Amino acid sequence: MSFESKLTEGKFCIPECVGCKKIVWPPSEICSHCFESVHLREGNFEGKIIEFSRQNDQFFCMVEFENMIKIIAKISKAPEIGKNVKISKCGINDGNYFFQVI
Amino acid sequence: MNKVGIVGYGITPFSKDDQKIETVLMDSTKELFKNNPEIDRNHIDAVLVSTNNNSKYLSPVLSEMAGIQPNVSHTIESLCNSGTNSIVSAYSYIASGLADVVLVSGAERYDSPGQILVWDDSRGEYKHPIFWASIFAKSYKREYGISDEQLAVVSVKNHKQAKENPNALSNKTYSIEDVLNSKKLTDDLRLLDCSRPCTGSASIILGSEEKVKQLSKNPVWITGIGQKTISAGFTKNISFSSIESTKLAGQSALKMADKNIENIDVAEIHDAFSVCEPMALESLGFSKNGKGMNMIKELHETDNFKINPRGGLIGTGHPLGATGIAQTIEITQQLQSNAGNRQTENPQIGLIHNMSAAATSSTVLVLEK
Repeated sequence: MSFESKLTEGKFCIPECVGCKKIVWPPSEICSHCFESVHLREGNFEGKIIEFSRQNDQFFCMVEFENMIKIIAKISKAPEIGKNVKISKCGINDGNYFFQVI
Repeated sequence: MNKVGIVGYGITPFSKDDQKIETVLMDSTKELFKNNPEIDRNHIDAVLVSTNNNSKYLSPVLSEMAGIQPNVSHTIESLCNSGTNSIVSAYSYIASGLADVVLVSGAERYDSPGQILVWDDSRGEYKHPIFWASIFAKSYKREYGISDEQLAVVSVKNHKQAKENPNALSNKTYSIEDVLNSKKLTDDLRLLDCSRPCTGSASIILGSEEKVKQLSKNPVWITGIGQKTISAGFTKNISFSSIESTKLAGQSALKMADKNIENIDVAEIHDAFSVCEPMALESLGFSKNGKGMNMIKELHETDNFKINPRGGLIGTGHPLGATGIAQTIEITQQLQSNAGNRQTENPQIGLIHNMSAAATSSTVLVLEK
Protein backbone atom coordinates (compact mmCIF):
# COMPACT_ATOMS: atom_id res chain seq x y z
CA MET A 1 0.00 0.00 0.00
CA SER A 2 1.29 3.47 -0.82
CA PHE A 3 1.81 6.35 1.61
CA GLU A 4 -0.96 8.13 -0.22
CA SER A 5 -3.43 5.24 0.18
CA LYS A 6 -2.74 5.17 3.92
CA LEU A 7 -3.09 8.94 4.10
CA THR A 8 -6.46 8.67 2.38
CA GLU A 9 -7.49 6.40 5.26
CA GLY A 10 -6.37 9.08 7.69
CA LYS A 11 -3.17 7.26 8.68
CA PHE A 12 0.21 8.98 8.71
CA CYS A 13 2.96 6.40 8.19
CA ILE A 14 6.73 6.66 8.10
CA PRO A 15 8.16 5.39 4.81
CA GLU A 16 11.27 3.32 5.49
CA CYS A 17 13.57 1.43 3.13
CA VAL A 18 13.47 -2.37 3.47
CA GLY A 19 17.15 -2.45 2.45
CA CYS A 20 19.12 0.34 4.13
CA LYS A 21 16.38 1.12 6.73
CA LYS A 22 16.63 4.85 6.07
CA ILE A 23 13.54 7.03 6.15
CA VAL A 24 12.48 8.06 2.66
CA TRP A 25 11.02 11.56 2.64
CA PRO A 26 9.15 12.88 0.69
CA PRO A 27 7.33 9.55 0.52
CA SER A 28 8.20 7.37 -2.43
CA GLU A 29 7.90 3.71 -3.29
CA ILE A 30 11.63 3.60 -4.11
CA CYS A 31 14.41 4.46 -1.64
CA SER A 32 16.32 7.57 -2.70
CA HIS A 33 19.49 6.18 -1.07
CA CYS A 34 19.73 2.59 -2.38
CA PHE A 35 16.71 2.21 -4.72
CA GLU A 36 15.30 -0.68 -2.69
CA SER A 37 11.58 -0.79 -2.06
CA VAL A 38 9.96 1.07 0.82
CA HIS A 39 7.60 -0.17 3.49
CA LEU A 40 5.32 1.93 5.66
CA ARG A 41 5.81 1.97 9.41
CA GLU A 42 2.55 2.64 11.26
CA GLY A 43 2.38 4.27 14.65
CA ASN A 44 1.28 7.20 16.72
CA PHE A 45 4.38 9.26 16.03
CA GLU A 46 5.52 12.20 18.07
CA GLY A 47 7.01 15.20 16.30
CA LYS A 48 8.51 18.50 17.38
CA ILE A 49 7.43 22.00 16.32
CA ILE A 50 10.38 23.76 14.70
CA GLU A 51 8.64 26.87 13.27
CA PHE A 52 5.20 28.39 12.92
CA SER A 53 3.16 31.35 11.74
CA ARG A 54 -0.52 32.26 11.49
CA GLN A 55 -2.95 33.15 8.72
CA ASN A 56 -6.00 34.99 10.05
CA ASP A 57 -6.92 32.99 13.15
CA GLN A 58 -5.35 29.75 11.99
CA PHE A 59 -1.87 28.77 13.15
CA PHE A 60 0.28 26.57 10.96
CA CYS A 61 3.56 25.01 11.96
CA MET A 62 6.47 23.02 10.65
CA VAL A 63 6.80 19.75 12.51
CA GLU A 64 9.78 17.41 12.42
CA PHE A 65 9.51 13.65 12.99
CA GLU A 66 12.45 11.34 13.73
CA ASN A 67 14.96 14.09 12.82
CA MET A 68 14.11 13.60 9.16
CA ILE A 69 10.50 14.13 8.12
CA LYS A 70 9.18 17.68 8.07
CA ILE A 71 5.62 18.66 7.26
CA ILE A 72 3.56 21.83 7.48
CA ALA A 73 0.46 21.25 9.57
CA LYS A 74 -2.49 23.07 11.06
CA ILE A 75 -2.58 23.51 14.81
CA SER A 76 -5.46 24.93 16.81
CA LYS A 77 -3.59 26.24 19.86
CA ALA A 78 -0.76 28.78 19.77
CA PRO A 79 2.35 26.74 18.89
CA GLU A 80 5.59 26.75 20.85
CA ILE A 81 8.98 26.00 19.33
CA GLY A 82 10.30 22.66 20.57
CA LYS A 83 6.91 21.42 21.79
CA ASN A 84 6.08 17.77 21.08
CA VAL A 85 2.93 17.15 19.06
CA LYS A 86 1.12 14.27 17.39
CA ILE A 87 -0.91 14.08 14.22
CA SER A 88 -4.58 14.38 15.07
CA LYS A 89 -5.94 14.41 11.55
CA CYS A 90 -4.52 13.88 8.07
CA GLY A 91 -5.71 12.98 4.61
CA ILE A 92 -6.08 14.19 1.07
CA ASN A 93 -8.49 16.93 0.13
CA ASP A 94 -8.94 18.02 -3.50
CA GLY A 95 -5.63 16.33 -4.34
CA ASN A 96 -3.73 18.12 -1.57
CA TYR A 97 -2.32 16.41 1.50
CA PHE A 98 -3.40 17.95 4.78
CA PHE A 99 -2.04 17.47 8.27
CA GLN A 100 -3.30 18.65 11.64
CA VAL A 101 -1.41 18.27 14.91
CA ILE A 102 -2.21 18.65 18.61
CA MET B 1 36.03 26.50 -22.92
CA ASN B 2 35.30 29.33 -25.33
CA LYS B 3 34.69 32.76 -23.84
CA VAL B 4 31.01 33.82 -23.80
CA GLY B 5 29.57 37.32 -23.73
CA ILE B 6 26.41 39.32 -24.22
CA VAL B 7 25.71 40.63 -27.69
CA GLY B 8 22.39 42.41 -27.15
CA TYR B 9 19.11 42.44 -25.26
CA GLY B 10 15.48 43.51 -25.42
CA ILE B 11 12.98 44.05 -22.63
CA THR B 12 9.47 45.47 -22.45
CA PRO B 13 7.41 46.80 -19.51
CA PHE B 14 6.05 44.26 -17.02
CA SER B 15 2.28 44.50 -16.63
CA LYS B 16 -0.91 42.69 -15.69
CA ASP B 17 -1.91 42.38 -19.36
CA ASP B 18 -3.90 39.37 -20.47
CA GLN B 19 -1.92 38.41 -23.57
CA LYS B 20 -1.07 35.13 -25.26
CA ILE B 21 2.32 33.81 -24.17
CA GLU B 22 3.49 33.78 -27.79
CA THR B 23 2.72 37.50 -28.06
CA VAL B 24 4.50 38.23 -24.79
CA LEU B 25 7.58 36.29 -25.93
CA MET B 26 7.62 38.12 -29.22
CA ASP B 27 7.47 41.55 -27.53
CA SER B 28 11.00 41.49 -26.12
CA THR B 29 12.39 39.50 -29.06
CA LYS B 30 11.15 42.19 -31.44
CA GLU B 31 12.63 44.85 -29.16
CA LEU B 32 15.97 43.05 -29.16
CA PHE B 33 16.27 42.95 -32.96
CA LYS B 34 15.05 46.54 -33.30
CA ASN B 35 17.76 47.64 -30.84
CA ASN B 36 20.45 45.55 -32.53
CA PRO B 37 19.95 45.74 -36.31
CA GLU B 38 23.49 44.46 -36.89
CA ILE B 39 22.51 40.98 -35.63
CA ASP B 40 21.79 38.75 -38.59
CA ARG B 41 18.98 36.35 -37.73
CA ASN B 42 20.45 33.82 -40.15
CA HIS B 43 23.43 33.50 -37.82
CA ILE B 44 21.47 32.45 -34.75
CA ASP B 45 22.39 28.85 -33.98
CA ALA B 46 20.01 28.23 -31.10
CA VAL B 47 16.80 29.64 -29.67
CA LEU B 48 16.00 28.82 -26.03
CA VAL B 49 12.70 29.78 -24.43
CA SER B 50 12.43 30.19 -20.67
CA THR B 51 8.90 29.85 -19.30
CA ASN B 52 6.61 27.92 -17.00
CA ASN B 53 3.68 28.38 -19.35
CA ASN B 54 1.91 25.19 -20.42
CA SER B 55 1.88 26.05 -24.13
CA LYS B 56 3.97 23.61 -26.12
CA TYR B 57 6.77 23.90 -28.65
CA LEU B 58 7.33 27.56 -27.82
CA SER B 59 10.89 27.79 -29.06
CA PRO B 60 10.09 26.65 -32.61
CA VAL B 61 6.97 28.87 -32.45
CA LEU B 62 9.03 31.91 -31.43
CA SER B 63 11.67 31.06 -34.03
CA GLU B 64 9.06 30.97 -36.77
CA MET B 65 7.42 34.19 -35.58
CA ALA B 66 10.82 35.92 -35.53
CA GLY B 67 12.01 34.55 -38.90
CA ILE B 68 14.76 32.37 -37.42
CA GLN B 69 15.64 28.81 -38.41
CA PRO B 70 17.93 27.69 -35.59
CA ASN B 71 19.77 24.39 -35.32
CA VAL B 72 18.82 23.96 -31.67
CA SER B 73 15.48 25.07 -30.25
CA HIS B 74 13.82 24.05 -27.02
CA THR B 75 12.15 25.26 -23.83
CA ILE B 76 13.70 25.37 -20.36
CA GLU B 77 11.56 25.29 -17.22
CA SER B 78 12.88 25.49 -13.69
CA LEU B 79 10.22 27.56 -11.92
CA CYS B 80 11.52 30.97 -10.80
CA ASN B 81 15.08 30.52 -12.02
CA SER B 82 14.20 29.29 -15.49
CA GLY B 83 15.76 32.47 -16.87
CA THR B 84 19.28 31.99 -15.55
CA ASN B 85 19.06 28.25 -16.21
CA SER B 86 18.42 29.14 -19.85
CA ILE B 87 21.39 31.51 -19.88
CA VAL B 88 23.58 28.74 -18.42
CA SER B 89 22.38 26.41 -21.18
CA ALA B 90 23.11 29.02 -23.84
CA TYR B 91 26.53 29.59 -22.29
CA SER B 92 27.21 25.86 -22.44
CA TYR B 93 26.27 25.57 -26.11
CA ILE B 94 28.67 28.40 -26.96
CA ALA B 95 31.48 27.43 -24.59
CA SER B 96 31.47 23.90 -25.99
CA GLY B 97 31.59 25.13 -29.58
CA LEU B 98 28.16 23.76 -30.51
CA ALA B 99 26.89 27.29 -31.20
CA ASP B 100 28.25 30.78 -31.76
CA VAL B 101 25.10 32.87 -31.28
CA VAL B 102 22.15 31.92 -29.03
CA LEU B 103 18.91 33.79 -28.45
CA VAL B 104 17.36 33.31 -24.99
CA SER B 105 13.81 34.61 -24.58
CA GLY B 106 11.91 34.40 -21.32
CA ALA B 107 8.24 35.14 -20.81
CA GLU B 108 5.43 34.53 -18.40
CA ARG B 109 1.79 35.48 -17.95
CA TYR B 110 0.42 36.85 -14.67
CA ASP B 111 -1.42 33.56 -14.12
CA SER B 112 1.63 31.31 -14.50
CA PRO B 113 1.21 27.71 -13.32
CA GLY B 114 4.81 27.92 -12.06
CA GLN B 115 3.85 29.84 -8.95
CA ILE B 116 2.96 26.72 -6.97
CA LEU B 117 4.95 23.49 -6.84
CA VAL B 118 2.07 21.01 -6.71
CA TRP B 119 4.45 18.07 -6.20
CA ASP B 120 5.65 19.28 -2.80
CA ASP B 121 3.11 17.45 -0.63
CA SER B 122 5.18 17.87 2.52
CA ARG B 123 3.82 21.41 2.63
CA GLY B 124 0.37 19.87 3.14
CA GLU B 125 -2.35 22.36 2.28
CA TYR B 126 0.15 25.24 2.64
CA LYS B 127 1.51 25.16 -0.89
CA HIS B 128 1.25 28.82 -1.81
CA PRO B 129 4.64 30.61 -1.64
CA ILE B 130 3.41 32.95 1.13
CA PHE B 131 3.62 30.02 3.54
CA TRP B 132 7.25 29.09 2.95
CA ALA B 133 8.10 32.78 2.97
CA SER B 134 6.32 33.17 6.32
CA ILE B 135 8.32 30.29 7.78
CA PHE B 136 11.56 31.87 6.51
CA ALA B 137 10.57 35.30 7.82
CA LYS B 138 9.60 34.02 11.27
CA SER B 139 12.77 31.93 11.54
CA TYR B 140 15.06 34.75 10.34
CA LYS B 141 13.45 37.31 12.64
CA ARG B 142 13.65 34.99 15.64
CA GLU B 143 17.26 33.96 15.06
CA TYR B 144 18.64 37.47 14.55
CA GLY B 145 16.18 39.60 16.52
CA ILE B 146 14.91 41.44 13.43
CA SER B 147 11.57 43.26 13.56
CA ASP B 148 8.88 43.60 10.87
CA GLU B 149 9.72 47.29 10.77
CA GLN B 150 13.36 46.58 9.97
CA LEU B 151 12.44 44.07 7.24
CA ALA B 152 10.06 46.59 5.68
CA VAL B 153 13.10 48.60 4.50
CA VAL B 154 13.65 46.01 1.75
CA SER B 155 10.29 46.80 0.19
CA VAL B 156 10.67 50.56 0.67
CA LYS B 157 14.14 50.53 -0.97
CA ASN B 158 13.18 48.30 -3.87
CA HIS B 159 10.00 50.19 -4.69
CA LYS B 160 12.01 53.42 -4.62
CA GLN B 161 14.53 51.94 -7.05
CA ALA B 162 11.81 50.48 -9.28
CA LYS B 163 10.44 54.00 -9.74
CA GLU B 164 13.54 54.70 -11.82
CA ASN B 165 12.90 51.60 -13.95
CA PRO B 166 10.51 52.31 -16.86
CA ASN B 167 9.83 48.57 -17.24
CA ALA B 168 8.84 47.98 -13.60
CA LEU B 169 5.33 46.91 -12.62
CA SER B 170 5.35 49.38 -9.72
CA ASN B 171 5.93 53.09 -10.07
CA LYS B 172 4.96 54.03 -6.53
CA THR B 173 7.08 54.68 -3.50
CA TYR B 174 6.09 53.50 -0.03
CA SER B 175 7.02 54.33 3.54
CA ILE B 176 7.80 51.85 6.31
CA GLU B 177 4.31 52.53 7.68
CA ASP B 178 2.77 51.80 4.27
CA VAL B 179 4.47 48.40 4.22
CA LEU B 180 3.48 47.59 7.81
CA ASN B 181 -0.10 48.73 7.17
CA SER B 182 -0.49 46.86 3.87
CA LYS B 183 -2.74 43.82 3.86
CA LYS B 184 -1.63 41.25 6.40
CA LEU B 185 -1.30 37.89 4.62
CA THR B 186 0.11 36.03 7.62
CA ASP B 187 1.56 37.08 10.98
CA ASP B 188 4.95 37.41 9.25
CA LEU B 189 4.13 38.73 5.80
CA ARG B 190 2.37 41.81 4.43
CA LEU B 191 1.29 42.35 0.84
CA LEU B 192 4.10 44.84 0.21
CA ASP B 193 6.65 42.26 1.39
CA CYS B 194 5.81 40.17 -1.68
CA SER B 195 6.85 40.25 -5.32
CA ARG B 196 3.85 40.09 -7.60
CA PRO B 197 3.28 37.69 -10.48
CA CYS B 198 2.90 39.58 -13.74
CA THR B 199 3.07 39.42 -17.51
CA GLY B 200 6.44 40.22 -19.00
CA SER B 201 9.29 39.17 -21.21
CA ALA B 202 13.01 39.69 -21.59
CA SER B 203 15.37 38.51 -24.31
CA ILE B 204 19.12 38.33 -24.55
CA ILE B 205 21.59 37.14 -27.16
CA LEU B 206 24.82 35.46 -26.08
CA GLY B 207 27.75 34.99 -28.40
CA SER B 208 31.22 33.53 -28.71
CA GLU B 209 34.21 35.84 -28.17
CA GLU B 210 34.53 36.45 -31.88
CA LYS B 211 30.84 37.28 -32.30
CA VAL B 212 30.72 39.54 -29.25
CA LYS B 213 33.73 41.52 -30.46
CA GLN B 214 32.17 41.77 -33.90
CA LEU B 215 28.66 42.75 -32.78
CA SER B 216 29.01 44.65 -29.49
CA LYS B 217 30.73 47.99 -29.00
CA ASN B 218 30.51 47.57 -25.24
CA PRO B 219 31.12 43.90 -24.45
CA VAL B 220 30.05 42.28 -21.21
CA TRP B 221 31.34 38.79 -20.43
CA ILE B 222 29.92 35.96 -18.36
CA THR B 223 32.90 34.95 -16.26
CA GLY B 224 31.33 32.99 -13.43
CA ILE B 225 28.50 30.47 -13.14
CA GLY B 226 27.40 28.59 -10.03
CA GLN B 227 24.34 26.46 -9.53
CA LYS B 228 23.14 24.27 -6.70
CA THR B 229 19.98 22.28 -6.12
CA ILE B 230 19.48 21.00 -2.56
CA SER B 231 16.07 19.43 -3.10
CA ALA B 232 12.70 20.15 -4.66
CA GLY B 233 10.68 20.23 -1.45
CA PHE B 234 10.77 23.23 0.87
CA THR B 235 10.89 21.16 4.04
CA LYS B 236 14.23 19.62 2.98
CA ASN B 237 15.96 23.00 3.44
CA ILE B 238 18.75 22.60 5.99
CA SER B 239 18.10 25.98 7.59
CA PHE B 240 15.15 28.36 7.50
CA SER B 241 17.20 31.45 8.27
CA SER B 242 19.86 31.05 5.59
CA ILE B 243 19.95 29.73 2.02
CA GLU B 244 22.29 26.81 1.49
CA SER B 245 21.73 26.56 -2.27
CA THR B 246 22.65 30.24 -2.68
CA LYS B 247 25.73 29.92 -0.51
CA LEU B 248 27.08 27.01 -2.59
CA ALA B 249 26.11 28.49 -5.97
CA GLY B 250 27.70 31.82 -5.02
CA GLN B 251 30.94 30.16 -3.97
CA SER B 252 31.13 28.25 -7.28
CA ALA B 253 30.42 31.32 -9.40
CA LEU B 254 33.01 33.47 -7.63
CA LYS B 255 35.60 30.69 -7.82
CA MET B 256 35.04 30.29 -11.55
CA ALA B 257 35.38 34.06 -12.05
CA ASP B 258 38.40 34.14 -9.70
CA LYS B 259 36.77 36.91 -7.69
CA ASN B 260 35.77 37.61 -4.08
CA ILE B 261 32.41 38.98 -3.02
CA GLU B 262 34.19 42.25 -2.14
CA ASN B 263 34.93 42.64 -5.87
CA ILE B 264 31.23 42.82 -6.76
CA ASP B 265 30.12 46.38 -7.53
CA VAL B 266 26.45 45.77 -8.31
CA ALA B 267 24.08 42.83 -7.81
CA GLU B 268 20.61 41.62 -8.63
CA ILE B 269 19.22 39.58 -5.73
CA HIS B 270 16.16 37.31 -5.87
CA ASP B 271 13.90 39.15 -3.40
CA ALA B 272 10.76 37.11 -4.03
CA PHE B 273 9.79 38.21 -0.52
CA SER B 274 11.46 40.89 1.59
CA VAL B 275 13.16 38.40 3.90
CA CYS B 276 14.89 36.77 0.91
CA GLU B 277 17.08 39.82 0.32
CA PRO B 278 19.00 39.84 3.63
CA MET B 279 19.12 36.05 3.67
CA ALA B 280 20.62 35.96 0.17
CA LEU B 281 23.08 38.77 0.90
CA GLU B 282 24.30 36.86 3.94
CA SER B 283 24.46 33.52 2.13
CA LEU B 284 26.45 35.12 -0.70
CA GLY B 285 28.85 36.68 1.80
CA PHE B 286 27.97 40.35 1.22
CA SER B 287 27.39 40.60 4.97
CA LYS B 288 27.75 38.49 8.08
CA ASN B 289 24.86 36.30 9.23
CA GLY B 290 22.13 38.42 10.75
CA LYS B 291 23.65 41.67 9.47
CA GLY B 292 22.07 41.80 6.02
CA MET B 293 19.49 44.35 7.12
CA ASN B 294 22.23 46.73 8.32
CA MET B 295 23.67 46.71 4.82
CA ILE B 296 20.25 47.19 3.19
CA LYS B 297 19.37 50.06 5.55
CA GLU B 298 22.64 51.83 4.84
CA LEU B 299 22.24 51.45 1.08
CA HIS B 300 18.69 52.79 1.32
CA GLU B 301 19.62 55.77 3.49
CA THR B 302 22.47 56.75 1.16
CA ASP B 303 20.44 56.15 -2.04
CA ASN B 304 23.03 53.63 -3.14
CA PHE B 305 21.50 51.37 -5.81
CA LYS B 306 24.17 48.64 -5.51
CA ILE B 307 21.65 45.93 -4.60
CA ASN B 308 18.68 45.41 -6.91
CA PRO B 309 19.05 48.64 -8.91
CA ARG B 310 16.06 47.84 -11.16
CA GLY B 311 13.86 47.45 -8.06
CA GLY B 312 14.22 43.74 -7.45
CA LEU B 313 11.34 41.34 -7.89
CA ILE B 314 9.34 43.26 -5.30
CA GLY B 315 9.40 46.51 -7.27
CA THR B 316 9.73 45.24 -10.82
CA GLY B 317 7.32 42.31 -10.68
CA HIS B 318 8.08 38.63 -11.11
CA PRO B 319 7.20 37.09 -14.50
CA LEU B 320 8.95 33.84 -13.56
CA GLY B 321 10.52 32.79 -16.86
CA ALA B 322 11.64 36.33 -17.67
CA THR B 323 13.01 37.30 -14.25
CA GLY B 324 16.53 35.83 -14.47
CA ILE B 325 16.97 37.28 -17.95
CA ALA B 326 15.72 40.71 -16.85
CA GLN B 327 18.17 40.58 -13.92
CA THR B 328 21.01 39.76 -16.34
CA ILE B 329 19.98 42.61 -18.64
CA GLU B 330 20.04 45.01 -15.69
CA ILE B 331 23.59 44.04 -14.72
CA THR B 332 24.65 44.29 -18.38
CA GLN B 333 23.16 47.80 -18.58
CA GLN B 334 24.91 48.73 -15.34
CA LEU B 335 28.29 47.52 -16.61
CA GLN B 336 27.72 49.34 -19.90
CA SER B 337 26.86 52.55 -17.95
CA ASN B 338 23.50 52.49 -19.67
CA ALA B 339 21.11 52.23 -16.71
CA GLY B 340 19.76 55.79 -16.69
CA ASN B 341 18.72 57.09 -13.27
CA ARG B 342 19.50 53.69 -11.76
CA GLN B 343 23.15 53.82 -12.75
CA THR B 344 25.61 52.88 -10.02
CA GLU B 345 29.05 54.44 -9.95
CA ASN B 346 31.35 52.95 -12.59
CA PRO B 347 30.73 49.24 -11.86
CA GLN B 348 33.22 46.77 -13.31
CA ILE B 349 31.87 43.47 -11.99
CA GLY B 350 28.26 42.46 -11.36
CA LEU B 351 26.44 39.46 -9.89
CA ILE B 352 23.04 37.91 -10.54
CA HIS B 353 21.28 35.72 -7.98
CA ASN B 354 18.17 33.86 -9.10
CA MET B 355 16.47 31.05 -7.17
CA SER B 356 13.58 28.61 -7.33
CA ALA B 357 10.99 26.80 -5.28
CA ALA B 358 11.43 28.12 -1.75
CA ALA B 359 15.19 28.54 -2.17
CA THR B 360 15.77 24.87 -2.86
CA SER B 361 17.77 25.74 -5.98
CA SER B 362 19.93 28.76 -6.85
CA THR B 363 21.86 30.11 -9.81
CA VAL B 364 24.55 32.78 -9.50
CA LEU B 365 26.23 34.48 -12.45
CA VAL B 366 29.20 36.86 -12.47
CA LEU B 367 29.42 39.41 -15.29
CA GLU B 368 32.41 41.60 -16.17
CA LYS B 369 33.21 44.38 -18.57
